[in-house]
Amino acid sequence: MGENWPIGYDDLKPYYDKVDQLIGVFGTKENIPNEPDGFFLPPPKPRLHELYFIKGAKKSQVPVIPARLSVLTKRINNDRGVCFYCGQCNRSCSVYADFSAGSCLIFPAQKSGGQVDLYVNSMVKEVTVDENGKATGVNYVSKEDKREYSIKGRVVILAASACSTARILLNSKSSQHPNGLGNSSDLVGKYLHDSTGSDRMAFIPDLMNRKRYNEDGVGGMHVYTPWWLDNKKLNFPRGYHLEVWGGMGMPSYGFGFDPNMFNQFFGEKVGGYGDHLRDDVKKYYGSLVGLSGRGESIAMKDNYCEIDPHTVDEYGIPVLRFNYKWSDFEKKQAIHMHDTFEEIFENMGGIVLGEKPGADKDFGLHTPGRIIHEVGTTRMGSDPKTSVVNEFERLHDVDNVFVVDAGPFVSQADKNPTWTIMALSWRTSEFIIEELKKQNI
Amino acid sequence: MDRRESIKAMMLGSFGTGLLLQSCVDTTPEQLEQKIWKYQYGRTPAEAAHDQKLLGQQFFDENQMELITRLANLILPPHENGSIEQAEVPGFIEFMVKDIPSLQKPLKTGLKWLEEESKKQYGNPFTECSEAHQKSILDSIAYEIEDIEEQPQGIVFFSLIRNLVVTGYFTSAVGLKDLGYQGNTPNVWDGVPDEVLKEHDVAYDPAWLAKCIDQDTRNDIAKWDENGNLWN
Repeated sequence: MGENWPIGYDDLKPYYDKVDQLIGVFGTKENIPNEPDGFFLPPPKPRLHELYFIKGAKKSQVPVIPARLSVLTKRINNDRGVCFYCGQCNRSCSVYADFSAGSCLIFPAQKSGGQVDLYVNSMVKEVTVDENGKATGVNYVSKEDKREYSIKGRVVILAASACSTARILLNSKSSQHPNGLGNSSDLVGKYLHDSTGSDRMAFIPDLMNRKRYNEDGVGGMHVYTPWWLDNKKLNFPRGYHLEVWGGMGMPSYGFGFDPNMFNQFFGEKVGGYGDHLRDDVKKYYGSLVGLSGRGESIAMKDNYCEIDPHTVDEYGIPVLRFNYKWSDFEKKQAIHMHDTFEEIFENMGGIVLGEKPGADKDFGLHTPGRIIHEVGTTRMGSDPKTSVVNEFERLHDVDNVFVVDAGPFVSQADKNPTWTIMALSWRTSEFIIEELKKQNI
Repeated sequence: MDRRESIKAMMLGSFGTGLLLQSCVDTTPEQLEQKIWKYQYGRTPAEAAHDQKLLGQQFFDENQMELITRLANLILPPHENGSIEQAEVPGFIEFMVKDIPSLQKPLKTGLKWLEEESKKQYGNPFTECSEAHQKSILDSIAYEIEDIEEQPQGIVFFSLIRNLVVTGYFTSAVGLKDLGYQGNTPNVWDGVPDEVLKEHDVAYDPAWLAKCIDQDTRNDIAKWDENGNLWN
């Protein structure tokens, strides 16, 4: 089931280690083969709801380990600051204490004298080719004046994200590449897959009337559960990890909707208005805990994106349309996730909210694409008939075009893809430099 | 160009293109600038233009705003930590209905329903009724009726406006203070306070704790050996 990668973990390990040290990742060495160790910064201590989770998971023999996030709990150089625990990573860190392509990759490259010319607000339309079918650069549309421009280059490296890279390749039709660039296999856009995802919430009565203190922590979880079971004993392939969330976070839009719905669990009236409503909001603040399962799906040829022949975007560039359905493998995994959620919540003394989602709701699976781990659209392999790029992420069809986003992923483990994107990208970059030095490109 | 100047330029630019001409007939450029000035934080030009457009429009009329303000004060009455007015809840609701247009119809028809109900029962618009009469109307719509599929219009409306009032209040500066939220400020997280651990009958595993950051070393630049073991 599924296809093998043409490379293995050992090929990438040196690059993972370099990425760790470049961007800074907190975590712990656990000696779990599927959760490889690396160069970690020390993790932050768990918060109260996470201690409840650890306790609840333990009762069901579900392991919990410190999370692994790219947040600087400790200084890694003099150019970036240390986390000050405001929990607002999503707004982009003002002291560069979390990973962002700007603060960790582009700005340092500019600062160290690298030749970086940024063309921002530019939508690449297509890769241009010469009479031999070799890439000569790209055409792009400026978002500012909506006019089309060209840039020339000896090597074209696409990193538009898996779907957009497929879109650019499929839109790059020429007499040399009538099926789109790099698409002689007809596989560009195929094998599109995303992580599986499903979530559940519970009300924890013991977490009512909480003493207030600042527990923002880092902008994400401090602990998680790696995949822990043996598929031989299960009715689905692959696995998932568990993420836990909760606590006295900053209220944002939506906070306090159905403000006292938990009254139902105490035989009290739900609804009303006035001072008792205000008191209810304060009483229940911090008593809601959530679990999210994020798992591996199986890459399928029938799940794909392709150019929509009838629609262009505001820049006149044809857009993608998608064909993606979950199979029984993912659905069975989701059923298992919800059984796990319920068991752990009950161990935590929680009241699980909502019914277990049934077949009508794909057993709680989010729509494909919602976990935004889309990968596989230009998959890697040694055989040009069954893959789009080779192990160095070079198009089989055109030797000066590379893809360094998650398009080349043959499979997507139950992990977040960025770390592997960067490790692969580093390996590919070294290969390109060597090839340029040898004047092979 | 300083920020104030750039806002002016942005506004002139928008006026020039006619973007605002229709939507802000009641708002002078000076008034609009005052409104926009309050919301200048981390906005891309497209987002700023969106905010500017919404802030230049008026969705609820004066009577409706008065009604919303009264309702909001009944839902969360003034309190030592803050009031609906201090939390600027009515203005928040006015903004949200423009940002999420699907809220517009249920709110407008709901407010209309409330006025008619008030006139029918007590012969006066809601805001002119006594507090006892106002509460009497709310008591009939503030709780869902059990075991029915579709709740009556008044109940659906009140649930919606209550959600908006509560979320508007508790996301404001006074509401956060009322709630007791302590975060969104620079600090150093060093674990759950001891008395809280005791109260909840949970404890840190010493082996786990030993792996966590020693906050006294957070500013030392990390150094590892070749196997990824941290030295400091």
